[in-house]
Amino acid sequence: MTELPRSYAERDAVARSFDLFGFLSRYGTSIALVLLVAFNLAFTRNFATMQTLNVNLTQVCTIVIVAVGMTLVIATGGIDLSVGSLMAISGALAPMIFMGKILPIGSIYLGVAAAMIVSVLVAGLLGLFNGWLVARFRIQPIVATLVLFIAGRGIAQVMTNGNLQTFRVPEFQWIGLARPLDIPAQVIIMAVIVAAAAWALKKTLFGRCILAVGGNEKASELAGIAVSKIKLAVYGISGLCAGLAGLIVIAINSSSDANLVGLGMELDAIAAVAVGGTLLSGGKATIVGSLLGALTIQLVRYTLLANGVPDAAALVVKAGIIALAVWLQQQHRG
Amino acid sequence: MNRARLVRIIGTYGVLIALAALILFGFLRYDRFVSFYNVMTLLRYNSMFALVALGMCFVIMTGGIDLSVGSVAALGSVASALASPYGIVPGLAAGIGAGLAAGLINATLVTRANLMPFIATLATMQAASGSALLLAGNQTVSVSYESGFTAIGQGNFWTFPIPAAIAVLAYLIGSLVLNYTGTGRAVLAIGGGEDASRLMGLRTDRVKFLVYVASGGLAGLAGVILASQFGAGQPIEGVGWELFAIAAVVVGGTLLTGGSGSVVTTLAGVLLLGILFNVLNFENGMGWISLSAYWQSVIRGLFLLVVVLLQARLTRRRLNAL
Repeated sequence: MTELPRSYAERDAVARSFDLFGFLSRYGTSIALVLLVAFNLAFTRNFATMQTLNVNLTQVCTIVIVAVGMTLVIATGGIDLSVGSLMAISGALAPMIFMGKILPIGSIYLGVAAAMIVSVLVAGLLGLFNGWLVARFRIQPIVATLVLFIAGRGIAQVMTNGNLQTFRVPEFQWIGLARPLDIPAQVIIMAVIVAAAAWALKKTLFGRCILAVGGNEKASELAGIAVSKIKLAVYGISGLCAGLAGLIVIAINSSSDANLVGLGMELDAIAAVAVGGTLLSGGKATIVGSLLGALTIQLVRYTLLANGVPDAAALVVKAGIIALAVWLQQQHRG
Repeated sequence: MNRARLVRIIGTYGVLIALAALILFGFLRYDRFVSFYNVMTLLRYNSMFALVALGMCFVIMTGGIDLSVGSVAALGSVASALASPYGIVPGLAAGIGAGLAAGLINATLVTRANLMPFIATLATMQAASGSALLLAGNQTVSVSYESGFTAIGQGNFWTFPIPAAIAVLAYLIGSLVLNYTGTGRAVLAIGGGEDASRLMGLRTDRVKFLVYVASGGLAGLAGVILASQFGAGQPIEGVGWELFAIAAVVVGGTLLTGGSGSVVTTLAGVLLLGILFNVLNFENGMGWISLSAYWQSVIRGLFLLVVVLLQARLTRRRLNAL
């Protein structure tokens, strides 16, 4: 123990070692992802194949699509618990339309087009309803979206009477099964949505307004931002994303089960957003981070499963990683 | 002034009024609604939810949230089912112990690591669910019927269901703690303003720690009752319990922002949501309408919506009246 005053160089070194910690917390998710890939390349058989990539991407892409909407909602300081239920609603509605249970539609193409548009729009409208509760009545987002979380799955179950709807309609199922250029269609959809949202959040007025509202709502209001409209918009977008994800899930399964579609999705999406580095209190958000977060969680699970660890244990590990990732990010801020 | 007072009374006792109205409706409309059998079955079944909601109520009053209660209850049910051959006490201890352990993890993450309660308990939720599946080997675990363990869920205390008696006892203790102890007042103070409470010298971390541990323990106890009542530890039960509990707490008039709340009205919230389902069953029995069980969540959701909208109006008026 020396009590001598430290030189600037020494202090600098201390500062730099703290920076290393900050670096870790800022890029921790990316580093974890790289390490996971490296580990798998070394130890998991048949990892570096197109098939492995496709399996992981197809499994993760509905989470990513929902997480994009969730990121925008969280960026405004809100949360959307209803996404899983909205997936169930759009997943229940689409087959009813293209199988002609509601209205007999002559052409299958017309039916599929109507099914896709109507069910995604319905989910979007329900998202707007969430936004309306939050913006107009100033109900806390967690409670406002809890309403549709509870009622939404019930609505889907009532619509189908709880029955499984099975179908073989290639005109519809391309959204989950087609492989243009050997890339799964839903992966392309996911990439487009991620790119569009990342651009909108960074480069457009709308995106800046979202972050401003999340950073300081009162100040944004005083600065002339239409806070209510921004909130309506993000919940609406979250609903649209959930609706689309619901369609992809039922297309992959060739069936729609209102009891199961999107079950637990809200938590997967929130976990992806949190691990990705978006502040849960709002004001700072990264869409690409959410993508990386979802990929990391997925890859952890894949790594464990591929190396013989049971799925239940993978859940425990996943929980630890979520807590650790968020803790690391907090160290950086603190 | 009078009007402001009226508004406050409706805000606090609205759930009791609604509960009384619903019971009156059921009493007038259905023959056997207020029959001994129906009331006891209702109480027996809803006691698990009541316990979980009690813990949730305390957590919410500090301004936090506990999303892990459902899977912790599942974990508790598996642990107690595994210990049930050794008797009632080991069964109870195993279930509550598992719940306390999960609560300890939540408490540590929230108070030591300073994680947001939402994220910390989300992680614990997944971990508890995974642990329950691992312990149970991915299947339901039958409880022992010889050791007397099933009495906790199925037995009667004279003619009163034991699980309901446990819940009533828990609510009594909860109410006493909240209203007559320093810890109870500190819970509300922290929810009202954590920094101010700390500056006033309250040991905020200690109180928050206790609240999360208690919530875990109560969820574990609910798990014991689940296993005992249905004869099996069920690792995949408890999905959505946390949100049911939050709904009951909100319906009971506790603000999710913390700082105000009541144990008694939370119990009323649980009963209200439970009786709503019961009324639906009776209505089906009348033959006028036939609503499938799926309608229950739609109606619960609508009900929550009405309560939340009313609360939003009332709290805004109350703020204006101040």
